[in-house]
Amino acid sequence: MTSTVDTPEKAGRPAHRSGLVAAARAPRWIRYALLAVGLAAALWLPNGLYPAVAVDILCWALFAVAVDLLLGFTGLMSFGHAAFWGASAYVTGLVAIHAGLPFPVAVLAGALAAALLAVPIGYLAVKRTGIYFAMVTLAFAQMVYYVANEWRSVTQGENGLQGVPRALFGLDLTDDYYFYYAILPIVLLGLAAAWRIVHSPFGRVLVGIRDNPARARALGYPVHRYKLTAFVLSGFIAGLGGGLFAVGHRFVSLDVLHWTTSGKAVIVVVLGGIGTLWGAVLGAALVVRLEDWLSFSGFEAIGLVTGGIFVLVVLLFRRGIWGSAVVLARRWLARRHR
Amino acid sequence: MTGFLQNTFNGLVSGAFYALLALGLAVIFGMLRVVNFAHGAFYMLGAFGAYVLLSEAGVPFWAALVIMPLGLGLLGMALERAVIHWLTRLDPLYNFLLTFGLTLILQDLVKSRYGVQSSPYATPSALSGSVDFGLFDFPAYRVFILGFAVLVCVAVWWVLTRTRVGMVVRAATERPELTPAFGINVGRWVTPVFGFGIALAGLAGVLAAPMRAVNPLMGADLIIVVFAVVVIGGLGSIFGSVAAGFGIGLVQAWGEAYLSDFPIVSQTIVFVVMAVVLLWRPAGLFGREEAPA
Repeated sequence: MTSTVDTPEKAGRPAHRSGLVAAARAPRWIRYALLAVGLAAALWLPNGLYPAVAVDILCWALFAVAVDLLLGFTGLMSFGHAAFWGASAYVTGLVAIHAGLPFPVAVLAGALAAALLAVPIGYLAVKRTGIYFAMVTLAFAQMVYYVANEWRSVTQGENGLQGVPRALFGLDLTDDYYFYYAILPIVLLGLAAAWRIVHSPFGRVLVGIRDNPARARALGYPVHRYKLTAFVLSGFIAGLGGGLFAVGHRFVSLDVLHWTTSGKAVIVVVLGGIGTLWGAVLGAALVVRLEDWLSFSGFEAIGLVTGGIFVLVVLLFRRGIWGSAVVLARRWLARRHR
Repeated sequence: MTGFLQNTFNGLVSGAFYALLALGLAVIFGMLRVVNFAHGAFYMLGAFGAYVLLSEAGVPFWAALVIMPLGLGLLGMALERAVIHWLTRLDPLYNFLLTFGLTLILQDLVKSRYGVQSSPYATPSALSGSVDFGLFDFPAYRVFILGFAVLVCVAVWWVLTRTRVGMVVRAATERPELTPAFGINVGRWVTPVFGFGIALAGLAGVLAAPMRAVNPLMGADLIIVVFAVVVIGGLGSIFGSVAAGFGIGLVQAWGEAYLSDFPIVSQTIVFVVMAVVLLWRPAGLFGREEAPA
């Protein structure tokens, strides 16, 4: 039973093959063109959508990239990342409310708290792999949820934290349009950090561990320590997203810690394409936009739609959007070179 | 002493639910390598089905106790054929995601039809009193749940150890690559075993209806605790799952009774136990060691 868990390359995860390898192989002009298009889209976004939705997309993009760092590049499916997203949202909210610091400082505090929380959870979770890792992270995230629910003196329980300020040196950021541009540099830094991690020697070792843990260990890499480091980094990036989300909504509710939030992050990644950082961002944009559109048009059973997307994507579209696009592009390039 | 026995008994009763759900998860995992996230949703459907049968068709508890597991078992078999079947050759994570999606769908279907408020379900009249054990007395219904759950677990154990299909399931659980190599047609039993596991979840749901609040979300939070239970017991071990189920029920009840100053304890103690088990025996109390990774 362990063989299927430990050697993902046997178990058929097509999307894994696409991300890193494709990024390394794609001609340089394509990569720069993509980056330019991505930046242009990020700058344009709040002009084409409701700025509040655009803010949500940025936060979820960080969250999804954090999950993809583990799922796509370390081979670990965390089903409990809401713990880090939500813990950071609460810490950010508390720091912003009680200390009155500028919001980037509060978000940084939140993300550091999330990383700190990721140390014990990650330490325990990396002792298991595959499906067990998913169950263990899910269980610990639920524990964090219960704690937040019970610890009412701090978290206000079901009422949530109200009135998280958007303080930044006296600037008026109450308008979501300007707030979007205020957080964009932070989000881009977070995404760049994820890109840097994946394309560093450290990231190559993670991919090696993903593809063949036994070989990585035989080569002398301390597999557990690498996984734990990746887990903590991922927790930090998810925390950045969660903190910005708290400031963006000026409100933190228990929903940020709920297991459905963890699940949504995973499906965003699968929809976008596992192991493709671009895909995670794209998936975040699509899912957030779709949910906003659904709730705007008064459709109440959102779970039916997100659940349906889950089922369809997993059944028919496991490479995800970006993964499929990469495969098509590679085919096209190969034909041109022939 | 009386208080201790009472707490112990209550712990065993809630442990019975964990054990029934963990047992279903374990046989399904053993046979299909599928961790069924939707297990909690089927538990909820069992309870909800019993409630709807009673309130809209006047079908009594005892009939629901037969109808719901059978019906849900068939539904489970249909789902296995329709969707889960296509992903069993892939990494188990895909079926985990698939059944997560199914959970959201099932939950929202029930929610959109019946709302989120809890519905009461009357205890069947034959079990409405209490049973006198000399020093103390217990609600008859809880005694029934415990006895019934133990009976079911023993029956499953008997099937697993004494019948041919049980042998196939155990062989497939313990040596998934080797069993088909002996010419045993494992595939033939996959769908029935999945249906059986779902039926167990439905059965637990019907049993829970008179005791717990019947609402669309009752299964979701429970299933995460059951995941922790099977991590503790070792998902590969059917006996371990059942033992851990009862054990966690006990630990929770004792924690609730003797650490009542800290209400957070009863909710989180199962996760603390899981953390300790992961430190001490990462493969679970009764699980076999995974290949090092």
